[in-house]
Amino acid sequence: MSHHFVEFKDVLFHYPDGTEALKGVSFRITHGESVGIVGANGSGKSTLLLHMNGYLLPSSGTVTVGDIELQKKTRQEVRRKVGIVFQNPDDQLFMPTVFDDVSFGPLNLGMSPECVQERVMDALKTVNCLDLRDKPPHHLSGGQKSAVAIASVIAMEPDILVMDEPAANLDPKSRRSLITMLKTFVHTKIVASHDLDLILDVCQRCIVIREGAVVADGPSTEILSNKTLLEENNLELPLSHQRR
Amino acid sequence: MHMADALLSPAVGATFWAGTLAAIGYSSKKLKETIDDKMIPLMGVLGAFIFAAQMINFTIPGTGSSGHIGGGMILTIILGPYAAFLAIASVLTVQGLFFADGGLLALGCNIWNMGIYPCFIVYPLLYKPLVGDSKNPGRILAVSILSVVIALQMGAFSVVMETMLSGKSELPFGTFVLLMQPIHLAIGIIEGFITAGVINYVRSARPEILESIAASRPLNPSVSVKSIVIAFVILAVITGGALSWFASTHPDGLEWSIKKVTGKTELAEHEQGIAPIIKGIQEKTAFLPDYNFKPAGNEPKQEEANPSWPSVDTGTSVAGIIGASMVLGFILLIGVGIRAVRHKHS
Amino acid sequence: MTFDESYFSIGRLDRLSYQDTFVHRLDPRAKVVSTILFLFTVISFPKYEIAALIPFFLFPVLLTTLGDIPVRFLLKKVVIVSPFAIFIGIFNPLLDTRTVAVIAGVTLSAGWLSFLTILIKFTLTISAALLLIATTSFPGICHALRRLGVPAIFVSQLLFLYRYLFVLMEEAMRLVRARDMRSFGEHGSGMTIVVRLIGTLFLRTVERAERVYSAMLSRGFNGDMPSVKQHSLRPVDVLYVLATISFLAIFRFVPITGLIGSLTQELSK
Repeated sequence: MSHHFVEFKDVLFHYPDGTEALKGVSFRITHGESVGIVGANGSGKSTLLLHMNGYLLPSSGTVTVGDIELQKKTRQEVRRKVGIVFQNPDDQLFMPTVFDDVSFGPLNLGMSPECVQERVMDALKTVNCLDLRDKPPHHLSGGQKSAVAIASVIAMEPDILVMDEPAANLDPKSRRSLITMLKTFVHTKIVASHDLDLILDVCQRCIVIREGAVVADGPSTEILSNKTLLEENNLELPLSHQRR
Repeated sequence: MHMADALLSPAVGATFWAGTLAAIGYSSKKLKETIDDKMIPLMGVLGAFIFAAQMINFTIPGTGSSGHIGGGMILTIILGPYAAFLAIASVLTVQGLFFADGGLLALGCNIWNMGIYPCFIVYPLLYKPLVGDSKNPGRILAVSILSVVIALQMGAFSVVMETMLSGKSELPFGTFVLLMQPIHLAIGIIEGFITAGVINYVRSARPEILESIAASRPLNPSVSVKSIVIAFVILAVITGGALSWFASTHPDGLEWSIKKVTGKTELAEHEQGIAPIIKGIQEKTAFLPDYNFKPAGNEPKQEEANPSWPSVDTGTSVAGIIGASMVLGFILLIGVGIRAVRHKHS
Repeated sequence: MTFDESYFSIGRLDRLSYQDTFVHRLDPRAKVVSTILFLFTVISFPKYEIAALIPFFLFPVLLTTLGDIPVRFLLKKVVIVSPFAIFIGIFNPLLDTRTVAVIAGVTLSAGWLSFLTILIKFTLTISAALLLIATTSFPGICHALRRLGVPAIFVSQLLFLYRYLFVLMEEAMRLVRARDMRSFGEHGSGMTIVVRLIGTLFLRTVERAERVYSAMLSRGFNGDMPSVKQHSLRPVDVLYVLATISFLAIFRFVPITGLIGSLTQELSK
C-alpha cells in the first residue's frame, strides 16, 4: 500500500511554442494524503496536473507514480493508477449514456462485462447517481454531471484521484455534497482549485505554485492562513478565515 | 435544397442509398486504417460544429432573406475527404431524423449530393491542386468560392436529376434547372466567402490548429481521379441501363401508370408479375425529353368517351373517394380511441 | 425556424425519445427496418394513386397514439419542412391539366391528383421519420445501425455528434445572442460578423475536442471505442416487423380502399 505515491523530481516542461510552464517542480505525495494545489491563473497548475497521468511528459526531470517512472511507453500503466477528473464535465462525459461513460474506463482496462457492470454500479452508488444510469449526459444538471464525471474516473479504481476545479460550476448544495463525498474517499487525493475553502475542508496539505515553481508546501491550515503568501499569488484568505 | 421522399421513386432512392452506403463504407475503411486516434472525437465534435454553425444565419446581401452555410467544403478542407464525408453524412442523418429534412429515403440522395461532390470531386480535383499548401488569403478566397459554387451546382443539379428520374413531378427539366441553379449560385458564392473567411481567420488566430489536424489526417487523402471517374461511369451505366431496359421491354409502362388513378388495376399489374419497385422505375420514363405523354394502345376507343384521359371511369373514382373517406375516418377513430384509453390509464 | 426554435424543437423531440411506452421499448432494429420498409412502400405508389395510400396513415397514427407523441408538435414539424415539396409539387396542377374525371360537376385534372399524392406521401414519409426518432432514442438508432452492419467508425461519429450537438448549439446560441444584443437593425448579420462567429465557434470546438481526447486518454482509450452490449430480439419485436410487413404487402397489392368504396356503393344501392 505504501507504494501509492506520486513524486515529481525537478520537473521542467515547456510547450512546443517554447513557453516554459514548469520550472523545476519537486514534491512527493504519499499514500492516502490529500493535497491541494493552489496558485494564480497561468501559474502552471493545469500543466502540473496533466503530467500526473502522462498526458504531458516532462521535458526534463522525472515523474514517478508508485513504482512506475512516467515515460512514453509507461503512460497506459500510469493511467491505471491515476484518475483525473477535469474541470468541465461536458468534456469528460462523451458517451451517449451515463452507464456508457462510467463503463468506458473499465472496458478499456479489458475487464469482463460482469466485472464492468459491478464496477459501474459501485461507482454510481458512491456518487448517488445510480438512477441516472440510462440518461444521456445532456439531460443532467451541472451537479449531476460533476458527480457522474467523478464516477467515471473512480470506476477504474485508481489509487490516486486528481481533480481540477471540481466545484467550479456547482451550486452551493451540490458543492457541499461533493465535499462530503470527497472526504469519504480513501484514495490519495490531489485537488487543484481556487476554492480555498474547499481545499481547507478536504485537503490536509497544500502546495502553492507560482510561475511554474513550488513556492510553498505545507499543512493547509498554515498556508491558507498566511495572508501575505496568498495575496502574492493572486489569492485571498479562504472565506472561512476572513470572518475573523 | 434537400431532396424529399415524396418526390422520390424507390429505384432512384435505392440506387443513391447504395452509392452513399458504399462511400460510407469506403471512407470508414480508409479512416480506420490510417487515422490518428485524436481524429475520432474531433470529427464528431466538428460535425456538431457544422450543425450549430448552420444555425448562424446571415442576410443575403441585396435580397434581405437569410441563409446559412452547408459546410461540406469547409469540412473537407479541414478534415480531408474521408473524415469530412463521414462528418457530412452524420450531420445530414441527424437533420434527417430530428428535422425530417426531406426524409430518410431521400437521405441517401442528400448525403450523395452534399458529400460526394465536395469531398471526392471538387476538393481533390480543384481545391487541393489550386491551393496546395498556400496560405495566401486571396488565393484561398478565390478557390473557395469557385469550389463551393461548383460543388453546390453539382449538388443542385443532382436534385433535379433525382426528381426527374423519379417521375413524380411534372416540372420540366429546363424550368427546374433554371430554378435550382441560380439560387445555388448565389448561396455558393456566399458560402465560399464564409468558408475562406473562417479558414483565413482561424489561420491568423491559431495557425497551429489547422496544421495539427492536417498532420493527423490519413496519409493519402487525395482520391485518384481514375477511381472517381470509374465510379461515376459505373453509376451512369447502371442507371441508364436500367432505364432503357425497362423502357424497351415495357413500352406500355406509362399506360399502366395512367391507369393507376383508382387502384383498380393493381391486381392486373400484380398478375403480370411486376413488383412495385419496378413500377417506380417505369415512372422515370415520363421524363425523357421527347417522350410525349401519350398513352399507347387504348387511345382510339376511349378518346371518344373522354377526350384526354383514357382510362378513368367516374364510377370507380367515386368508389375510391368513398373508400378513402371511410378508411381515413376509421383510422382517426382508432387514433382517438387509443389516445382516450391511454389518458384514462395515466 | 430561428435558432432558438430549432434548439428547443430538437430538445423536445430528444426528450420524447426517452419516454417509456410499448413502442419505445420495441427493439430499435425492428423499428428502423419497419420504418424503412414503410417508406419504400409508400413512395413506390405511382403518381396518381391516392385511395390506396390512405390506409397507410394507420402507421403514424398508431405510433403517435401508442407512443404518447403530441400530435400538434408532430404536425407542426411536418408543416415546417413542407415548403420545398409543395413548391415543386404545385407545378403539377399547373402543368398537367388533362382532365381525369368530372365528379359532381367539378373538373379534376391529373395534375391535382399527382400533387395530392405528393402531399400525402410527404406527410406519411416525414411523420414516419419523425416518429422513428420520437419513439427511439438516437443512441438506440445508432446501436441498431451498428447491428445492421453500418461501420463502427461512422456509428461512433454519429454518437459523438449527438452527444455534443446540444453543447455546441448552446455555445453557438450564446455567440448569436451576444451578437444580436449588440447589433441594431441588420448590421449584425453581415458577413464579416458571421465569419467571426463561425470562426470563434470553430476554435472553441477544436479546443473542446482536444479536452475530450485527453479525457478519453485518461480513461485508457487506445483507439477502439468499446463495443456495445448486445440486446437480443424479443418475440414481440419480431412480431412487430412481421405485422408491419404483412400490412405493407396487403395494402400495397390489394386495393382495399377501392374495394371498401365499391362495397359501400353496392350496399347503398
